[in-house]
Amino acid sequence: MIAEAGLAALWFAGALAALQLALATIGIARGREDVTAAVRPVAIVQGLLALLAMVLLIYVFLDSDMSVKLVVENSHSAKPWIYKFAGAWGNHEGSMLLWVTILGLAGGAVAVFERSLPERTLVATLGAQAAIALGFYAFLLFSSNPFARLSPAPADGLGLNPLLQDPGLAFHPPTLYTGYVGLSVAFSFAVGALVTRDVGPAFAKAMRPWVLIAWIFLTLGITAGSYWAYYELGWGGWWFWDPVENASLMPWLAATALLHSVTVLATRDGLRAWTIMLAVVAFSMSMIGTFLVRSGILTSVHAFAVDPERGAFILALLAIYIGGALALFGARIGTVRAGTTFDPVSREGGLVANNLLLSVILGIVLIGTLYPIVAASFGVQLSVGPPFFNKAAGPIALLLVAVMAVGPLLRWRRDDARAVIRRSLAPIIATLLAAIALLFVRPGILPWAGLSLAAGLAVASVAPLWKRNLRRTPLFTYGMVVAHLGIAVSLAGMASDSAFTQETLVAVRTGEPARVGPYSVTLDGISPVIGDNWSALEARLTARRGTSARVMHPQLRFFSNPPTSTNESAILTVLDGQLYTVLGQPDGQGRWQLRLWWKPFVTLIWLGGTMIALGGLLSLVGRMRRERRAAMREYWA
Amino acid sequence: MTAYGIRDARRKIGVTVGLVLLSSIASAQPSTPPAPYANTQLADPAKEASARALMETLRCLVCQGQSIADSDADMAADMRALVRERIAAGEKPASIRDWLVARYGDYVTYDPPLSGVTWPLWLAPIVLLAAGGWIARTSFRRRGR
Amino acid sequence: MKRVALWAPLAIFALLFAVVVSGLIRPAGTTIKSAMVGKPLPRFTLPPIVAGKPGLGSATFAEGQPRLLNVFASWCVPCIAEAPQLMRLKALGVPIDGLAVRDTGPAVAGFLRRNGDPYARIGSDAQSAVQLSLGSSGVPETFVIDGRGIVVKQHIGDIRADDVAGILQAVKDAQ
Repeated sequence: MIAEAGLAALWFAGALAALQLALATIGIARGREDVTAAVRPVAIVQGLLALLAMVLLIYVFLDSDMSVKLVVENSHSAKPWIYKFAGAWGNHEGSMLLWVTILGLAGGAVAVFERSLPERTLVATLGAQAAIALGFYAFLLFSSNPFARLSPAPADGLGLNPLLQDPGLAFHPPTLYTGYVGLSVAFSFAVGALVTRDVGPAFAKAMRPWVLIAWIFLTLGITAGSYWAYYELGWGGWWFWDPVENASLMPWLAATALLHSVTVLATRDGLRAWTIMLAVVAFSMSMIGTFLVRSGILTSVHAFAVDPERGAFILALLAIYIGGALALFGARIGTVRAGTTFDPVSREGGLVANNLLLSVILGIVLIGTLYPIVAASFGVQLSVGPPFFNKAAGPIALLLVAVMAVGPLLRWRRDDARAVIRRSLAPIIATLLAAIALLFVRPGILPWAGLSLAAGLAVASVAPLWKRNLRRTPLFTYGMVVAHLGIAVSLAGMASDSAFTQETLVAVRTGEPARVGPYSVTLDGISPVIGDNWSALEARLTARRGTSARVMHPQLRFFSNPPTSTNESAILTVLDGQLYTVLGQPDGQGRWQLRLWWKPFVTLIWLGGTMIALGGLLSLVGRMRRERRAAMREYWA
Repeated sequence: MTAYGIRDARRKIGVTVGLVLLSSIASAQPSTPPAPYANTQLADPAKEASARALMETLRCLVCQGQSIADSDADMAADMRALVRERIAAGEKPASIRDWLVARYGDYVTYDPPLSGVTWPLWLAPIVLLAAGGWIARTSFRRRGR
Repeated sequence: MKRVALWAPLAIFALLFAVVVSGLIRPAGTTIKSAMVGKPLPRFTLPPIVAGKPGLGSATFAEGQPRLLNVFASWCVPCIAEAPQLMRLKALGVPIDGLAVRDTGPAVAGFLRRNGDPYARIGSDAQSAVQLSLGSSGVPETFVIDGRGIVVKQHIGDIRADDVAGILQAVKDAQ
């Protein structure tokens, strides 16, 4: 019953999306205001119906209803409730439903909250959103039905992949999806603006909060995903340039460029074509990522169990949406391009450089990710991984960091190169001092450059606050400061991990100490442990450093549904880094394999990521506050 | 949260389960222990660092996208042993990689060698930067002073 | 910017689309073929693993007659499925040698007892060193090697009943 209700809700939502698109098209084409007035309510109800379908799927999982095929394939009655809940989206159909739910809710939110756009542009935006939703509803209903029944119902399910049985599953997908499906709003805004030829500061001001919200969630989602993979997979790495990871990074790169571009359009009426193009590219990257992850076209530890037929369906949708948007761009952008002029050495110039460098990195990641497919069509099987991406994108990213340091110190419209250098003296000195100091520890060349530039960026990012009345500085300036500082912090963590990590692999008996970094780790014993739906062999390790001694419990964990074993690492976090320990196999002679890492300052990576998101939040609140104040002033004037 | 008696019983069950599991993981896998250098580091830290750097760029052939440094698969362990043994014997990382590529093709290395098929890949960053620079210039040329 | 340049993004997308479609239509496949096919067999000498059966060396393959080199293990499940086909090939007069990967004497002896013994010689490849030098990435795999020690064919996976004809043909062509 419940599953059928969920399916019905999904059908209704799809029907409403079709209605929304029809009303928007007819209303705008015929100029019928009574028709366009209906679009907002339809969008809201559509979003709510999609949410209802998602809630009902979660209910079916929590209830362990084994007559539903998806529950059988991905759940088990013995699982803890949180993994039944989060397991609803830990598979292809459920996560696709989450995708579509966020798409519908985003459209609904625009319908409820967006008041500053001219009605016609808003209706065009909602129409575009409905068009996107329609394709994905069709994909769900015809090719990936989450509510399909299984008859006869088996006694119990196959269980959830143990690697996913972790709090990360409850946090990472919803956050990530809110981010990159949220970018659909920017896409729809761009299409709406192209259709009604309404590209200008007012449009940009309206679009900006939506871009910021999506970008904040995307930043948090990627940061959380990286940390989850780090502690879950047991190899001490936090990024592998895996196709699925790249699928989340590419929209982020485009969204970051879009974020900066939309501000230039909002405040200076510049970069019109860039902003529209980036808005289209950002969500296109989201859709391409969705395709890559589910079509089976690329191998990855993170990929869903897949099906080339489904891949073909999504590919067809991509052709329609991205091809359509880019065709519209080519046809219409010539008539809306205008805007003010600016000098190469200026803040606008710096932002153009920012857009370009981010786009180059995006291009490199896209080409690197797709290249194995290109090679396969020539009959060659090859792999493209971290060595390529680090060598190709790394230096350009460092160049971008330098631009990021100087950018906020530039004046709008026109600036003098010598004055800029004078203003940048403190960051330049910081970079040089760091570079010289680091020569004594002899890191590799990329980490050396990274750490030095991180120092320079850190100084440069707080420079805009120098000699200002801190209480009267707008909140969004603090946002910029915190976000850029977050990048410096994150970069420092990445470079430090890359240059200074120490690893020790040993097979030890009880009582034998092993050294790693400043720690001496001793195995005190192994004992069996039982959990909710697993049993494990747990090691008791004592980690000594100077006078302190801490106990750690890494585990070798065994699940029965499905039968697998995982490594549960034990991590000790201290101020200057993390001690990461993993229990390996016994060697049959009374010794146990231990993998130990000392990772100095690695936590800065995710601390920096959180700071970046926080900076975005400060910017969002700051802008909205300023806009409300401006609106009040107008009202009272 | 659990009463002491239940905890005690669980521990007893745990011991039995643990031993059963231990023996089952032993029998489901090859009965030989892993090669000596699969999970042991080389004595010379510089050589170990060089071996580790190479292992992170070699692909595990039976995994879903992992390097041999990060994989628990047996073949990955044997490949790690091979790398370490050869580095200890003084061979250069590039020659070890070439040896593996001669056996498995370019698939085994995550660092695609420059060749007829891969030159567009390696040229791409330069081409993209140049295109970017050109777009920037045309962005300014009509607008500059 | 010229009008033409405004259509560049659409053109680039069309190109990428074509690439991806070709990837979907002709999936790359996950089997990794050995690059040693057509090249000489690498030199190796392996000790025996079961009593009564001599160890294996690369010199055996240069004695003028084509032979099969079967990479197997007692812990490999598809090897059990292909054992009858190997016995068939042996009955048809094809000399077969085995490479036991990461295995022990008692386990191999038990495997041969249960599934038949088509091998003239079996070498013990405890660290997969020879398997790696052949470009083999799993078990079971079978290599056809001609009388001069050149690898002429690689069969990945277990040998099924309908694969036997192809292997026989390869052996005949290698004469």
